[in-house]
Amino acid sequence: MPARRPKVVAISSAGGHWVQLMRLRPAFEDCDVTYVTVNPGYRRDVGDAKFRVIPDGNRWNKLALLRSMLGALWMLLQVRPDVVVTTGAAPGYFTVRLAKLLGARTVWVDSVANAETLSLSGQKAGSHVDLWLTQWPHLATEKGPLYRGNVL
Amino acid sequence: MIFVTVGSELPFDRLVRVVDQWAGENRRTDVFAQIAETSLKPSFIAYKQFLEPAEFSERLAAASVIVSHAGMGTILSALRSEKPILVMPRRATLREVRNEHQLATAERLAAMGRITVALDETELRATLDRIGELKPKEKISPYAGPELVAALRDFIAQR
Repeated sequence: MPARRPKVVAISSAGGHWVQLMRLRPAFEDCDVTYVTVNPGYRRDVGDAKFRVIPDGNRWNKLALLRSMLGALWMLLQVRPDVVVTTGAAPGYFTVRLAKLLGARTVWVDSVANAETLSLSGQKAGSHVDLWLTQWPHLATEKGPLYRGNVL
Repeated sequence: MIFVTVGSELPFDRLVRVVDQWAGENRRTDVFAQIAETSLKPSFIAYKQFLEPAEFSERLAAASVIVSHAGMGTILSALRSEKPILVMPRRATLREVRNEHQLATAERLAAMGRITVALDETELRATLDRIGELKPKEKISPYAGPELVAALRDFIAQR
């Protein structure tokens, strides 16, 4: 019997976060991957792959933030991933925090847009994920994040 | 076509105004702008506040050059489709964004030879005057670099 393919949730918010997540697709080739984002219009980017939408949230609107968190929780309970990979921002942050509590292994890939300092959500997520990456070598430190290449 | 885009999160009137005025003075009718939620009503260029992903892709494909804020979605999409891109970063000092990440990223990407950067309206205006001379940079592959892909694959494969 071949081993079960790892179940992966690859999640991000819209815009640059999503474009970066899409550039990571070859990493999920041998996985049972579900792409999760906040805009149903992005379905066309993932071909036949599984695709889900959760509400967006940012730190300026507490109610939207709560909705996004509940959406992330519901999605995780349904998909039950082994691994969660996110390129940010807020929805990805909730998802890696909740996924960890549910026993999944988690990866934060900080956006290449943060060339000077890590993103706020990236700083907060860092100590809670199993693999914490920056896309700029000069931002890597001994205590993390690590630099392992970039999306370019 | 010149495709101007400021992303969907915030308006960037400082950029749109310069392009609009330039288009008016130079009688350019080949400019389309996505300007986000703003009270600004450009006079000389075609515009929409928001674009669905499908229309964004079509506009990008039809453009000969992109003018935008320093948003990575637009920059990566432009590089991927081998379009020259002129970027003016949003500035925290002007309260256009929370911190100077757009400035830092734009400067580093310009230093890597990936994009053309205008730091302010004067530079934007001057670069628009020679917009036809902007050349596409080296096309990037459709996917992330092999090092990052391998790091993720290895991590996923560990159990």
